[in-house]
Amino acid sequence: MLLIACPYCGPRAEIEFAYGGEAHIARPGPGVTEEEWAAFLYLRDNTKGVLAERWRHSHGCGRFFNALRDTRTDRILTTYEMGTPRPDIKEGEAA
Amino acid sequence: MSGAFRVSGRGRVDTARPVSFRFDGRTIRGYEGDTVASALLAQGQHLMGRSFKYHRPRGPISAGSDEPNALIGVGEGARHTPNLRATQVEIHKGLVTVSQNRGPRLNFDVGAINTWLAPLFPAGFYYKTFMWPRGFWDKVYEPVIRRAAGLGKVATAPDPDHYALHYAHCDVLVIGGGPAGLTAALAAGRTGARVILCDETPELGGTLLSDAHSRIDGLSAAEWVAKAGAELKALPNVQVMTRCTAFNYGPHNMVALNQRLTEHLATPDPAMPRERIWQVRAAEVVVTAGALERPLVFEGNDRPGILLATAARTYLNRYGVLPGKCAVIVTADDSAYRVAIELAEAGVRIAAIADLRANPDAPVVAEAKARGIVVLPSTTIQKANGNLRVRSVELAPVADNGRVGKGQRFVCDCVLMAGGFTPSLHIHSQARGTMRFDEVLGVYLPDRSVERLRSAGSCRGLFALQDVLDDGAAAGLAAAKAAGGGDAERPAPRVTDADAPGAGGFAGALPRRGLGSLALAFVDFQNDVTAKDVKLAVREGFQSIEHIKRYTTTGMATDQGKSSNVNALGIASKELGRAPQRVGLTTFRPPYTPVTFGAFAAHARGDQFDPLRLAPADGWARAQGAVFEDVGLWRRARYFPRGGEDMHAAVTRECSAVRTAAGIFDASTLGKIEVVGPDAAEFMNRFYINAWTKLGVGKCRYGLVCRDNGFVYDDGVVGRIAADRFHVTTTTGGAAGVLNMMEDYLQTEWADLDVWLTSITEEWGVIALQGPKAREILAPLVDGMDISAEALPHMGLKEGTIGGVPMRLFRVSFTGEVGFEINVPSGRMGAVWERIWAAGSPHGLTPYGTEAMHVLRAEKGYLIVGQETDGTMTPGDVGCGWAVSKAKPDFIGKRALALPALNAPDRPQMVGLLTDDPRTVLEEGMQLVRAPEAPAPVSADGHVTSSYYSPALGRSIAIAMVKGGRDRMGETLYAPAIDGAAIKVSIVNPVFYDTEGVRVNG
Repeated sequence: MLLIACPYCGPRAEIEFAYGGEAHIARPGPGVTEEEWAAFLYLRDNTKGVLAERWRHSHGCGRFFNALRDTRTDRILTTYEMGTPRPDIKEGEAA
Repeated sequence: MSGAFRVSGRGRVDTARPVSFRFDGRTIRGYEGDTVASALLAQGQHLMGRSFKYHRPRGPISAGSDEPNALIGVGEGARHTPNLRATQVEIHKGLVTVSQNRGPRLNFDVGAINTWLAPLFPAGFYYKTFMWPRGFWDKVYEPVIRRAAGLGKVATAPDPDHYALHYAHCDVLVIGGGPAGLTAALAAGRTGARVILCDETPELGGTLLSDAHSRIDGLSAAEWVAKAGAELKALPNVQVMTRCTAFNYGPHNMVALNQRLTEHLATPDPAMPRERIWQVRAAEVVVTAGALERPLVFEGNDRPGILLATAARTYLNRYGVLPGKCAVIVTADDSAYRVAIELAEAGVRIAAIADLRANPDAPVVAEAKARGIVVLPSTTIQKANGNLRVRSVELAPVADNGRVGKGQRFVCDCVLMAGGFTPSLHIHSQARGTMRFDEVLGVYLPDRSVERLRSAGSCRGLFALQDVLDDGAAAGLAAAKAAGGGDAERPAPRVTDADAPGAGGFAGALPRRGLGSLALAFVDFQNDVTAKDVKLAVREGFQSIEHIKRYTTTGMATDQGKSSNVNALGIASKELGRAPQRVGLTTFRPPYTPVTFGAFAAHARGDQFDPLRLAPADGWARAQGAVFEDVGLWRRARYFPRGGEDMHAAVTRECSAVRTAAGIFDASTLGKIEVVGPDAAEFMNRFYINAWTKLGVGKCRYGLVCRDNGFVYDDGVVGRIAADRFHVTTTTGGAAGVLNMMEDYLQTEWADLDVWLTSITEEWGVIALQGPKAREILAPLVDGMDISAEALPHMGLKEGTIGGVPMRLFRVSFTGEVGFEINVPSGRMGAVWERIWAAGSPHGLTPYGTEAMHVLRAEKGYLIVGQETDGTMTPGDVGCGWAVSKAKPDFIGKRALALPALNAPDRPQMVGLLTDDPRTVLEEGMQLVRAPEAPAPVSADGHVTSSYYSPALGRSIAIAMVKGGRDRMGETLYAPAIDGAAIKVSIVNPVFYDTEGVRVNG
């Protein structure tokens, strides 16, 4: 079970959270092409390595936030608030 | 002494406390501290079970959790647990045990004929043999194979015991209480760090308890263990748990332990849980899992009486039990010589030590020779003879060129195997640790892991006792420091008199004369996999060790390859012509040893399996004799039988009451969310497909939610309480999902909106009052409120009180009749319900359940999300195209709903179906095709989503999703039945009753 640091509540066990899929996928407006819309809906990087992903502290504060997790090791490099840019951290640099 | 093979002055069993137990109906006497295996061996009985596939007679090869053979059933009736290792089961008064997989008796097994048929059961036997004819699989092959091959039988009665689950946190978790684990726990504990030390056996000490030779700090090994254990127990920051197995290493240092609390007790406190699972989150983990001695692979190596040399030493020094009267020892390692010397001292005749090495020259070898023990260097074992017990062996010289010479027979009643030591990598491997091959030791050692763990002692290839103790202490201190602890005096026990660690060891099948035979040279004892099977797999083209494992099933038994992995690797490596490090090792998977389902389930069983949500009128419904059904976590009244009615009769009566008088229904399970804030209307506009800006205060509207893929997700009535306040309802099952989706868009996409979302499902109880007399019943009860058709029309909403209780009154209908949904605080709903019930009874008010609710809505063609929809239906598909706002610049699903594919004319569309025979009620889920006798495969035109007998129409009705269905009214389709002919149906309007919708406005 992962130990996830909610930016608002601190480290908590994974059962308190709900997974929210890949982060930083901006929802386009209704004027986009079909291809662009399909890409927004379905195309994901399926990263092997450091992935920015969304979590919600659903059984805690209820807030969504982002995490950088290495999908090979499950190591979480950092967590950060929604609306802030992806931190420039690579695997091996995290605290 | 109890048992002919028990020696006095040896062992840790309490000879002052005899204990009797039963094995296969016989009374066996042992002592407190014995295991089933040690007590049986003390009687001279090695035969303890029959093997999985060939029903081979088997005895224990080990004295611990790596035991593959001696699996027994323990306990009676509902407490019976199969497949426990006799080497671990502690005896107590009244213990009842049985052997397994034998028929009819342990010493006479008709299934043993499989041994003679073994050449017919090669690797991949099942894949190759039972392919044809197809019909034989479930009727012949599987039942026969299942009966012939197998392990113990599970209890079928409910488990009478209870189990517990505990979470724990610590700085340092030490896995294994052997020499390295003790010094690791001492070193960490002395720093003040919070330490948990667990060990799977009843006593701390590990191999030290079997070591009668080494001395530590001037004490015997066992005395030093007692001293170390006492210091640990005196440290308040150290928790020691024995009979406690670390069986799973999860991400982020979450380690699961299985603690067995009552199994060893004759009369356990009934308040005690039988087992407990500990979920330990450890800042640092020290793995001191030790090493396991490897068996040797030769013809007949599974005969009872053949066991590991270390096991014999444990039986001698821990239990005071001799493995036999005359032993042959076959070794590739120096350690077996100490065992030979100790056994000889205890009175066992050592017929010979066959050493696979050419020049064994350790001091202990000389010591053995000096005692007159015959040592045969460069000697292999060709074969073991005997059936229920080994009777003799054939030892043969191995020449420098590897050729095996003529053998010589040695009579014996036990054979001790010493193939070298395999570091236990299971926990490290579970922690996604990589391994590296050590050329000198010839085994894999732990390398790196992504987790915060370190291995210490023999599990990382250190075998000298002094090294093991020092390594444990260093690892324990390092772990405590890494967890943020300070420094402390490091334990530095001094070892004297210990044997130097043996160099050597062997992996693979032993050399043999000529072609020999490997058909009964077992690699994996538990799964009956032989050296021949592994070789065959390679010959048949399997290259990867993972494939060889799956094809032969080697290493796949419940022992997870503890005794077999390295030998299988050795054979595969030789056969493939590749060095072992280029073959690789298979992944070890949890659990380390089997864990009972009871322990996993813990408290989550029976009525604690899931939380039960009760609607406010639940008690009233129970008093009325309602029949209930589970809807998600909710328990809902399904129908209210009167005077012996069946469901059909009750539902017919309930439906008729709603259509002719009035019905009362607990609708509290509806999900309810309050959307509040200056931007509430804008939020609603963006979230729902409908438009909300123009919805006036005091009005309701049916709202539909899509996902951004354009498919219907949820629906419900939404009331506008104030300009900035919406009372949203959702489906019963969709409540949490809708709120989560609202929060998702609000927090992540629309941070510009000033809106608060609050779940109010639990706050508001909802009484649905439906039927032509509903208003007449309700009017006198609402305090000063005008609820006439003019003042409160259909889809109107008023706030007020009912008998002084605050109320949000929605005029809505899910039945097609005049309807009210009376929202009152849940805690006060019971009283309001009783008042309505009393006022309504003279008018024929009738309680109805979910079944009647479904029928009534189906008669009106109202959809249920999740029944008509399946995650691939658009609003247009289910006849709600009208709800899609054309004016809004954007909403969830807008872009997708403009896709041509979602507007194609052959989209599935919601229609009604009528069967030719009005008595025929279709099955929900039936497929619909155009021709009654179309040959398979045939593609369906649609499927039935709802089907009932309609009391209002006096016939069956159904709702279906049919391709382009709205333009196919009157067309005939067929519903193929599993039994009998296809059922003819015609497509009709899904609104079966009151098509014009007059009644709802009455």
